Amino acid sequence: MIDRNDPYFWSDLLDTILKGAGETFYTVGLSLLFTVLFGLAAGVLLVTTESGGLLAKLFGSRALGLTVNRVLDVVVNIGRSVPFIILMILLIPFTRLLVGSFIGPTAAIVPLTIAGIPFFARLVEIGIREVPVGLVEAAQSLGASRWTILTKVMVAEAVPALALGLSTTVVGLIGYSAMVGAVGGGGLGDVAFRYGYQRYSPEYMFGVVILLVLLVQVFQSLGNFAARRLSHR
Amino acid sequence: MISVSQVSKSYGSGPTAVRALDDVTLSVARGEIFGVVGQSGAGKSTLIRTINSLELPDSGSVKVDGREMTTLSGAALREARHNIGMIFQHFNLLSSRTVQANVELSLEITGAGRAARRTRALEILELVGLHGKASAYPAQLSGGQKQRVGIARALASNPSVLVSDEATSALDPETTRQILDLIRKLSKDLGLTVLLITHEMDVVKRICDSAAVMSGGRILEQGPVEQLLTTEKSLLGQALFPMGEIPETPSAIVDITFSGVKTDRPVLAQLARKHGIDVGILGAAVETVRGLQTGRTRLELPGDERTVAAAVADLRSQGLFVEVVK
Repeated sequence: MIDRNDPYFWSDLLDTILKGAGETFYTVGLSLLFTVLFGLAAGVLLVTTESGGLLAKLFGSRALGLTVNRVLDVVVNIGRSVPFIILMILLIPFTRLLVGSFIGPTAAIVPLTIAGIPFFARLVEIGIREVPVGLVEAAQSLGASRWTILTKVMVAEAVPALALGLSTTVVGLIGYSAMVGAVGGGGLGDVAFRYGYQRYSPEYMFGVVILLVLLVQVFQSLGNFAARRLSHR
Repeated sequence: MISVSQVSKSYGSGPTAVRALDDVTLSVARGEIFGVVGQSGAGKSTLIRTINSLELPDSGSVKVDGREMTTLSGAALREARHNIGMIFQHFNLLSSRTVQANVELSLEITGAGRAARRTRALEILELVGLHGKASAYPAQLSGGQKQRVGIARALASNPSVLVSDEATSALDPETTRQILDLIRKLSKDLGLTVLLITHEMDVVKRICDSAAVMSGGRILEQGPVEQLLTTEKSLLGQALFPMGEIPETPSAIVDITFSGVKTDRPVLAQLARKHGIDVGILGAAVETVRGLQTGRTRLELPGDERTVAAAVADLRSQGLFVEVVK
């Protein structure tokens, strides 16, 4: 039990929560970077390698395109169906292999990224599917290469949807990061668990919760704002 | 300029297969505006997509500007497409780009530099009558303005061929006329060859030099519009001048088609005076076909066979196109 009458109680609380927030930002930030990188690629591939899609003949091979599509679809579904807490445990050997340890904010990046990629990939897929096929046809009629169509038409037109997907993903990652925190990943989840739960401090618990709610609000609003500004439909 | 020969294309296989193009042959001369008319599902869309190889036919040949399109692929195909502009029913503009940037897309693809793109985009926007709209987004434009952007984009890379996929079908009649006049003007000024598909007869009579009628994947008739209108049993003629059902009557029925100068002669009065026929008018339609007043009148000619034959011969000798319907 933490002594509430300790003269340093509130400043300690602030320090601890801020340190936790810093760790959360670090973990979520880096996970988000990798998630966006791989999730965008996976989402684009999911749409374009379908039969009849832009990359149905991947590197000139219809079989390769189809295989990539099927494998990605299954992998993404598995990633989305395993509960995060189990995924985290399943990934411990992989995390240790990659970063040398499975405890701490850096180690937390691995399961967060692995969970984030399929999540963001599906949102990217949805966003890109909303781009009218006529636009792709128009670009083809102008003699555009597949790369040009991919970047300047499909992704460029999906940007508002991608911005919304991004904010949804950030919110999801913040939620997951609290879970990693509870099992040694540091961050706000760690603070809530060790101080709020194990040491019975409602102040710590509520402090973390309020901060999390604020963070989610801010990121969601940013996403909505960006989507509105970027959309000219 | 465009020559399609014996092109066939089917979708699906087995008993459910649909033959979208069935041995289609047509040719479009340089600088000509050629219209393909037909109901939806007639195969027009598939046909026009074989011109720039968006669709590959199962068999046959498609030549544009002397180049065989069906065997091209990769960079050679993209290069050939720079020579064929295409416009669409639903415009297909990028909503994320301004008007100018939409036009510039065409030039980015051909690899033009930034300054050259800007200059050309503004120049072509001026040409299609969109001066001052360069920095607007497509969502802020009317349908007609959007199609002008589509035309500017299609023509930015200086193609010699323009293909139009129902480009005016989503526009109101007045805007349709403006867009058609613009296409006609650009075709004349730039020496552009135009192949368009449409289900609207208005498009054919307003701008087409030649036309083809398509149904069930086959071309039923084709040729210069004036020639089709003076061809017996022409589907285009019947569609342009609908005369309705043939009435039950013992008399002979003839359709007279006239255009331009002949309209001011007292044809009917002459028939009555010279041949003693009490001419009855069963129907009439007047259209402006490519700027010429063109009309068709359905007449009932009572009287014996000889009188009617003499009357018909007389009408024909005046240069009128007469088709004996019954």
